[in-house]
Amino acid sequence: ASTLVLAEHEGGSIKAQSLSAVVAANSLSQDNPVSLLLAGSGSSLHQAAEKAATCHPSISQVLVADSEKFAYPLAEPWAKLIQLVQLKGDYSHVIATSDSFGKNILPRAAALLDVSPVTDVVDINGPHQFIRPIYAGNALCTVQYTGANPCMLTVRSTSFPVPHISVDSKSGAASISEVDLSTLDEGPFTWILGLQLESIPCLEAIILTLIADSVGKSRFMKLSSQDTGRPDLGSAKIVVTGGRALKSAENFKMIEKLAEKLGAAVGATRAAVDAGFVPNELQVGQTGKIVAPELYMAFGVSGAIQHLAGMKDSKIIVAVNKDSDAPIFQVADYGLVGDLFEVIPELLEKLPEKK
Amino acid sequence: MKIMVAVKRVVDYAVKIRIKPDKSGVETQNVKMSMNPFCEIALEEALKIKESGLAKEVVAVTMGPSNCVDTLRTGLAMGADRGIHVEAARDLVPLSVAKVLKKLVEVENPELLILGKQAIDDDCNQTGQMIAALLGWPQGTFASKVVLDKEKQVATVDREVDGGLETLCLDLPAVITTDLRLNQPRYATLPNIMKAKSKPIKKYTPEELNVEIKSDLEVVQVTEPPKRKAGVILSSVDELIDKLKNEAHVI
Repeated sequence: ASTLVLAEHEGGSIKAQSLSAVVAANSLSQDNPVSLLLAGSGSSLHQAAEKAATCHPSISQVLVADSEKFAYPLAEPWAKLIQLVQLKGDYSHVIATSDSFGKNILPRAAALLDVSPVTDVVDINGPHQFIRPIYAGNALCTVQYTGANPCMLTVRSTSFPVPHISVDSKSGAASISEVDLSTLDEGPFTWILGLQLESIPCLEAIILTLIADSVGKSRFMKLSSQDTGRPDLGSAKIVVTGGRALKSAENFKMIEKLAEKLGAAVGATRAAVDAGFVPNELQVGQTGKIVAPELYMAFGVSGAIQHLAGMKDSKIIVAVNKDSDAPIFQVADYGLVGDLFEVIPELLEKLPEKK
Repeated sequence: MKIMVAVKRVVDYAVKIRIKPDKSGVETQNVKMSMNPFCEIALEEALKIKESGLAKEVVAVTMGPSNCVDTLRTGLAMGADRGIHVEAARDLVPLSVAKVLKKLVEVENPELLILGKQAIDDDCNQTGQMIAALLGWPQGTFASKVVLDKEKQVATVDREVDGGLETLCLDLPAVITTDLRLNQPRYATLPNIMKAKSKPIKKYTPEELNVEIKSDLEVVQVTEPPKRKAGVILSSVDELIDKLKNEAHVI
């Protein structure tokens, strides 16, 4: 067995959730060297590769794809890249994290490789048996993969927490190698035929016109995000969430204040996002983010199944709601029936300052 | 321009699902079935584009057993011009759905393919990405805004991603998958439901389209998720702070 992990990097480091995919790779089988695939362009890519080489003992190789084509997370060149790397490396498994990056790219790559991927893996029973939630987490499905290599997975990072690993950087460093991208723009037949097309230029031209390539047909325009300075919702230890009961964007600032006091990330229900209180990236739930912090505090959240699907693996859940029958109380460790407009100010006053 | 929309028949989103006693799956007999909510949004977007004058025809496609025609009729009642039903006895994995769709695209030649980002039964979130790959088309997944420029033959798509809102520009033809905030799907009115009965539905089988249906995934079992036990109801903020500090040790 050998696994290719599709990793994301930011500011010269690989993202914490990408390491969850390495942890998942570890539980596939004992002897399973991991190749980490990093793509992008410029110095931060190579910085991330250096760090990745020593960040986890089971990473045996770091593959670096350096091209302007990977400056943005566009599915078209990324899926091609995975196909190219897979055809060369013949991995038994390809794993990405179940975030908007992995879910966008991995199925596209799987179709190019003619295999069925498995989405949202939360547990691994063996090299080819996985557990995943279906029906918004209201059922768990155990599936057996019976297809050809590679077996492709997206894994929930909350289900594969990264333990603190002390790595001996002298002995544990993985090799770093550059991916040969000379065939990236060519169609799959290039490899199938095994031809050196550079020597037959007209044939290359013929084949390239036969295979419509999608790389370059999508262009990144912009990313609008709010940099709040608060911890990332996906990996925060504490999450404070507000629902529709906050009534306005103005009132929602109370949630933000409380989050700041606790050093927490801010979350929201779909209703609060739809009502325009906060931007979409704060949505927790089936179609938003899946979180599992040590403490999840829900204010004015009724507890629709779609929301519960996104947070019920949190260690401690606190619910504050006026309605004592709200379903959120059925999953809360500590419930407080009361008006959040009274409870939040009191919490702000009485909570200890974070260290 | 022609737009093709894929729609899936699923257990209604409001139904509390039951797992079959033999753990083979989720009970779908005698359960209210509806069009997947993300597919409704996909169809609504196609209809809006048509109403704005940028498209001439909206074709709705579904796959599955004969009763999936009900879902197609719902789509026709919402406003799709005609339907295509690919009859398949078993559940199709997204890769098979994508392969069938590819054949239909070759027959129909749409310039835009809109799908829901995921179905609320299997929650796979794969089909749109896969059909885009098989066609060699660009993809705009998890869309919350779509703007077509017919002259330049591009679609500008806002995507809901973890980091915020990403804007992409896609050359047409393209595949778009819909997120919840793209639009508010319309209800079918009674006159339109009546009209839908006479709209044409073309039937195919995967064999007729030369698609080999295989599955490289087998369901071993479907089980209940572990239940969280309800905790305690506290009486005051002071008690809550005390519990969080001294019992749960989380603050």
